[in-house]
Amino acid sequence: MIYWQLFVTFLKIGALGFGGGYAMLSLIQFEVVERHQWISAAGFTDIVAISQTTPGPIAFNTATYIGYTAAGNAWGSLLATVAVCIPAFIIMLAICRFFFIFKDNPYMRRTLDFIKPVAIGLIGAAAVMLMNRQNFTDYISFVIFCTVLVMQLFFKKISPIVLILLAGIAGYFLY
Amino acid sequence: MYFRLFWSFFKIGAFTLGGGYAMIPLFQREVVDKKKWLKEPEFLEMLAIAQSSPGPIALNTAIFVGYKTKGVMGSLMAGLGIALPSFTAILLIVYFFTDFKDQPGVERVFKGIRPAVVALIVAPLWKMSRAAELSWKTVWVPLGVILLIARAGISPVYIILGTILTALCTAFWKHRSLKPAGGEEK
Repeated sequence: MIYWQLFVTFLKIGALGFGGGYAMLSLIQFEVVERHQWISAAGFTDIVAISQTTPGPIAFNTATYIGYTAAGNAWGSLLATVAVCIPAFIIMLAICRFFFIFKDNPYMRRTLDFIKPVAIGLIGAAAVMLMNRQNFTDYISFVIFCTVLVMQLFFKKISPIVLILLAGIAGYFLY
Repeated sequence: MYFRLFWSFFKIGAFTLGGGYAMIPLFQREVVDKKKWLKEPEFLEMLAIAQSSPGPIALNTAIFVGYKTKGVMGSLMAGLGIALPSFTAILLIVYFFTDFKDQPGVERVFKGIRPAVVALIVAPLWKMSRAAELSWKTVWVPLGVILLIARAGISPVYIILGTILTALCTAFWKHRSLKPAGGEEK
């Protein structure tokens, strides 16, 4: 049952998506591309690009997008988006109510210390999984990859949105 | 008041492209400077919580501020406000995009964009490694995680759960001041 699968998958993503943004990518990607195969790796990369150029966090955007493509209608979108939000509500409300327990709690602090280096690995894994024949078709892909990487590292003022648009224009004229 | 919560977060949700950290200054201006729902130190404390609990930071912030001002209903309204713009935008895009995605011009544009997206994901790794104070002793943790997920095909679900479990166990042992045996780290 596709609706149930969508609900459980995005509930899991919402509950375990530590670190926000890119750190959630490998989790989302593993679930929707490798496990359920709701979308191809190239399609997933397109969603990341779309979500960088539209409002809202990547987790929301992916849930709405995948919900639609997997179920074939807007109800899938709604279900997946609600599912990704539920854990945040439960956890944040618990924290708000029992703030004194969580504040300076040694267990909580240690978990966060442990998550930090793992989150870097999670982002790295997302990048490695996306470095495939679907996304890197020829040498032009590598030129674009290196150019964007250098621009992002050395000219921090340039917004990722501008870089995505420039890469799109380059793709249109080079292919 | 419910509507004001909804509207404040709706505006932030609608006008920040990219999400995450780009939203933080906007939250600060709206919630602290303009509406005065939180004081500056409260806001910073809230930010630390929003960043460390799972889920999108923007959503966590909305829930926290909503709860502080108007309880559970307030957090629902603020959460709805932050989620609605991105939901509507993506629904419109997916509705039209599926029709014109396969046109050759569009495919060429995305062929250019895909490697750029991978570069954008790679770029923050260096800065994050510096911030996490990775040393030659700890650098194998992220490298191991990459290998486990991307090569061995182990789900990040198990890796995250394993990390939490290891952290809790080691904290427990330390707390009990028993021998710090150190659980196996993934």
